Amino acid sequence: MPATENLLEIKGLTKYFGGLKAVSDFELTLKPGELVGIIGPNGAGKTTVFNMISGLYAPTAGQILFENEDLIGLEPHEITQHGIGRTFQNIRVFPNLSVLDNVAIAYHPHAHYTVWDAIARTEQFDRKERDLIERAQDFLAVFGLQDRQNELAKNLPYGEQRRLEIARALATEPKLLLLDEPAAGMNPRETHRLMELIHFIRDRFKLTILLIEHQMRVVMGICEWITVMDFGQIIARGTPREIQNNERVIEAYLGTGVAARIHH
Amino acid sequence: MKRLKLPALSRTRDWLLVAVATYVIVQVLIYLEMIDAFWLPIVQLGAVMAIISLGLNLIYGFNGQFSLGQYGFYALGAYTAADITYRLNDANQLHHVLNLGPLSFDWGQTVSFVAALVVAVLFSALVAFLFGLPVLKLGSDYLGIATLGFTMVVYVLANNSDTILGFQEMKGARGMVGIPQLTTWFWTFLFLVVTMVLVRNLVYSSPGRAIVSVREDETAAKAMGIDISRYKLLAFVIGSALAGLAGGLYAHLYAFLHPSIFHFVKSFDPLIIVVFGGLGSMTGTVIAAFAWALLLQGLAVAVLPSNLLEWRYVLYAVSLIAVMLLRPQGLMGGRELGFLKNLRVVAQRKEPPVGAPAEPAPEVTHASN
Repeated sequence: MPATENLLEIKGLTKYFGGLKAVSDFELTLKPGELVGIIGPNGAGKTTVFNMISGLYAPTAGQILFENEDLIGLEPHEITQHGIGRTFQNIRVFPNLSVLDNVAIAYHPHAHYTVWDAIARTEQFDRKERDLIERAQDFLAVFGLQDRQNELAKNLPYGEQRRLEIARALATEPKLLLLDEPAAGMNPRETHRLMELIHFIRDRFKLTILLIEHQMRVVMGICEWITVMDFGQIIARGTPREIQNNERVIEAYLGTGVAARIHH
Repeated sequence: MKRLKLPALSRTRDWLLVAVATYVIVQVLIYLEMIDAFWLPIVQLGAVMAIISLGLNLIYGFNGQFSLGQYGFYALGAYTAADITYRLNDANQLHHVLNLGPLSFDWGQTVSFVAALVVAVLFSALVAFLFGLPVLKLGSDYLGIATLGFTMVVYVLANNSDTILGFQEMKGARGMVGIPQLTTWFWTFLFLVVTMVLVRNLVYSSPGRAIVSVREDETAAKAMGIDISRYKLLAFVIGSALAGLAGGLYAHLYAFLHPSIFHFVKSFDPLIIVVFGGLGSMTGTVIAAFAWALLLQGLAVAVLPSNLLEWRYVLYAVSLIAVMLLRPQGLMGGRELGFLKNLRVVAQRKEPPVGAPAEPAPEVTHASN
């Protein structure tokens, strides 16, 4: 069967750190436009999966096909340029740069002028730099950050830093967006806004989104499909409702008390 | 919708006038001998140190790569340029001795001087490229050690230039003499301005932002599609080439080169200047470089009696400790003045952009329950 319909296809993905088996035989298939979540307790290997997809870690074994092209062996920046954007569990905005420059950096691969143009300030530089900055400003406006553009990223409140990080990842023009615990450290109000933001970007940018999340409320609220990991392995897969009722998940991850809370 | 105001031509012209005026004022002071034979080389040394330190600021301050290799490239540039003008000077003398007719001597020397500087820059850049390719993969501390090693190797080679390398005219540990004294205030000032324009234009551009993103967070830069190896190499090659340029100017300033000038302990001087001025501040680097030359090499020597002269290094160290304690971000702390400011930011602040109202941000539409 031709796999053309799948945006991302992961098969037998395995990662050892020395003798530690961080991820073992991980499988995942994403179709364009899906919003899928990976959940699991701390140390289950979720972030390791993300780091392998985005090229930060080399897998010990397995295959990662993105639009039918094998990503393994590509440099992280090449993977980004292929159309996979990501955010990080602990926010990684460029702290001492302005909000505008944070987004402008994501446009760098599409700057269309050379180092020489920059140094000599050629006409090409004037035109393309202006384009680039205007695009970045328009992009910030979409995320309600236009009034913050000259502020240093580190001075933004936590929720806005997260929003900036997501905006910056989207500015790389991805087809697939990986969100690593976007709601980590957020209060309920911020979490609520984040969920709206995720819906908003998915509709507006026609994206496929894969997210790791700890907070059940977020995952159950927005994901269509959920994969549950524990000790580096997939223990369950299904819709939020199926996952909520899955005995193994309840036992291994949620615990009976939590499961009861979700049902009522 | 025109929200971005790039600096108008008049603005650039204003700064050009400032540069010309600075040059003329100093030149007049030299002519009036208010800047005398003692102070003139020190002023020029300030400019030379500003060039090498701007190079280091690009590597360390903007790109975040800790390099102690600047003095190695400084030596490389100095010996390369000196050797070229030395040989051409020899040829000129030969021409004269053989009585082959009149030579437009000054013109020939100027051309050979500029050619020597160009070769020094290109050679430093080439060595930086070949050396940087493997070592820039190292983490910051290890890179520091590797580049320190480079400076030490260059020092040893300079000490043995007449034996190991076979350049008799460099005279190894005895020191190279007979270099024509061609560095003038005009040349040091010109190349300092060129360096400032180059670093400024690079930093305030998309490749410049890529360079800075590597300093800020390598992993995040990769995730933004930035080829970080490429931008580390770019900053390292340009920064080291500037050290080569500074070396070429230095060689023709005192017309004497000795390996001890390039001892690795001295390689901390540009580092101290950059940190003192503020990492990532070009203005701070230029101010600190001139302060270093004028105060430490000039005023301290002129004022302190010779038996107390060595105390200036104690003062130097104490003032460094004081700065680190009182102002760890350095003199300028990343800020810029005048020409070295990012004019884009200035333009934006004057004219805050209007957000696209067509698309309501999710921020405002959040529902409350």
